[in-house]
Amino acid sequence: MDALYRFLSGPLAWVSFVVFIAGSLYRLLSMGFLVRRKEKFIFSVMSWKYSFRSIFHWITPFASVNMRRHPVMTITTFAFHICLFLTPIFLLAHGVLWDDAFNIHLWALPNGLADIMTLVVIAGGVFFLCRRMKLAEVRYLTTLSDYLLLIMVAAPFLTGFIAYHQWIDYRFFMTLHVLTGEIMLMAIPFTRLSHMLFAPFTRAYMGSEFGSVRHARDW
Amino acid sequence: MDNMAAKPDETILDEGIEKGAALLTDERIEKTILRVLNTEGGARIKVYVDTCVHCGLCAEACHYYLSHDNDPRFSPAGKVRQTLGEMIARKGKVDREFMKKAAEIAATQCNLCKRCAMYCPFGIDVAYLMSVVRRITHLLGMTPQYIQATAHSHSVSMNQMWVREDEWPDTLQWQEEEARSEMPKLRIPLEKEGADIMYSVIGPEPKFQAQLLYQAAILMNAAGVNWTMPATPGWDNSDMAMFTGDSELMGRIKRQHFETAARLKVKKIVMGECGHAFRSVYDTGNRWLGWKIPPIPIVHAIEFYYDLIKEGRIKIAQKYAEPVTLHDPCNVVRGGGLHEKARYVIRAICDNLIEMHPNREHNYCCCAGGGVINCGPPYKMARINGNRVKAEQLFAVKARGARTLIAPCHNCHSGLEDINHYYGLEMNVKFIGDILYQVMEKPE
Repeated sequence: MDALYRFLSGPLAWVSFVVFIAGSLYRLLSMGFLVRRKEKFIFSVMSWKYSFRSIFHWITPFASVNMRRHPVMTITTFAFHICLFLTPIFLLAHGVLWDDAFNIHLWALPNGLADIMTLVVIAGGVFFLCRRMKLAEVRYLTTLSDYLLLIMVAAPFLTGFIAYHQWIDYRFFMTLHVLTGEIMLMAIPFTRLSHMLFAPFTRAYMGSEFGSVRHARDW
Repeated sequence: MDNMAAKPDETILDEGIEKGAALLTDERIEKTILRVLNTEGGARIKVYVDTCVHCGLCAEACHYYLSHDNDPRFSPAGKVRQTLGEMIARKGKVDREFMKKAAEIAATQCNLCKRCAMYCPFGIDVAYLMSVVRRITHLLGMTPQYIQATAHSHSVSMNQMWVREDEWPDTLQWQEEEARSEMPKLRIPLEKEGADIMYSVIGPEPKFQAQLLYQAAILMNAAGVNWTMPATPGWDNSDMAMFTGDSELMGRIKRQHFETAARLKVKKIVMGECGHAFRSVYDTGNRWLGWKIPPIPIVHAIEFYYDLIKEGRIKIAQKYAEPVTLHDPCNVVRGGGLHEKARYVIRAICDNLIEMHPNREHNYCCCAGGGVINCGPPYKMARINGNRVKAEQLFAVKARGARTLIAPCHNCHSGLEDINHYYGLEMNVKFIGDILYQVMEKPE
């Protein structure tokens, strides 16, 4: 188990970071080149002003009509995504790793708060799971991969939570935590988790099209 | 008519789709899909399909979904799932029956109104994805019969309605003569080189709505506009090829339209109250031809009326008394931002404008646009059943007093007439131009 843990937290951690960063760059650049080759007009439509107008409206809770129509979903999805993004970066325990590996000193979340944020991510995952199973319009679109993605995202948080509280078998869950975290990181560029990479661009494009061509709001 | 109702499970028989499908082989389907996905298509298809997280938040944007009691098959992403999503997942290996259903969904269960693009958190453009499906069905020769016949008319005559070259100036001269009984010095100037404005219309106007040409002529003459109409093909600004996926034909039509305006050396093109033609001239066709913006400025009728009223070139004798409501057409509002100008014009010519809800960019589609009404009688009930929510929206505004329904778009106009009759709304459906003609001062 120790050897496995050392492998996961050593070489595989580096591999996962490289796969995540290089994979993300590859996806973004290859899409950029594809746009240049096939859909050059997109560049002619793009506008900084309208890109940010649109992005701003869609990263502000309740700033769009659809967000106001679905208040529970809006609150959950904002809480989920904010915690999903911040907790792994600013967790005290991860701060030690940032320091060790990159000599970066990050401000750290108080442990109690990080604990709550972890629970928010897990609860958000459960909410999305229920929504996916219960709502007809979501269930109709759902494939096996949607469940796998949810599990993939929730797993590092669930295992991390169990390990932090040293329930059951600490070493087992710690190892599982590192492994699932790395799987998630590596999956981002190559699964629909890539919405993390592409959403700013699709939003910016639609914002630009609505703003500079259609002279209309897109929220 | 009820027996033609579009039950979601029922495929409506359309000869264009059926006969086209009968000639298909699996190889041809696969080759065509891969051609469109990999050769013609670019990053948008890939990014949209990869980015959609199947959240279903687009569903409530769609009038088909709402009108079919929230049947998920009618949600925007649901339609992608049944068409392009499956084609991509199966790498083009789909069969004839699948393609028939895909053709029906893309051509008749989506108006390309882009309302869903405003509801998707990522701004995914499902209308674009449905256009991609239509492109594939076009290349496979399985476009619904009626709209394909219209595209053929465009291809042969450069207008939508098989109007012959001699019938066009003949119709204009006929309307000129008619209107001279009201304004004796009125002219419809043909081929006037160097005029400020070329006025262009869609094929149905000379074919069966000649009174709209009459009204436009009265307006132009009353306002003292230096205008002209071409006597040659190129007068029609409509474009069903844009909706069938026949991009090459779309390019030919738009080129002829712009070249006619260029030949007449006009400063701008003013177009009648049509939405899809605006989309084609202002947004889609010009880009296909390589122009970011139209090479000659395009002014939609709403904007033209706005300018005339604002500049005082048209005086209002007596405002229209019956309370009106405004249907915001997708192509000029969500596609051109003319909603406030439309309201300015309507407030100037009508006593009482009562807003329907939702309105402006969020208005529900008429369910006729995007070429759906042009798919003809087989799909009439699909349109009417697919837009029950529009009838509900209109009943609500009628309950608040509105009696006249203004629809400044030809497709909206026709689609709303069907909704009006079928659901027993008993509203008067009018163009802005109808009311403007009625209430304006007409100098001798």
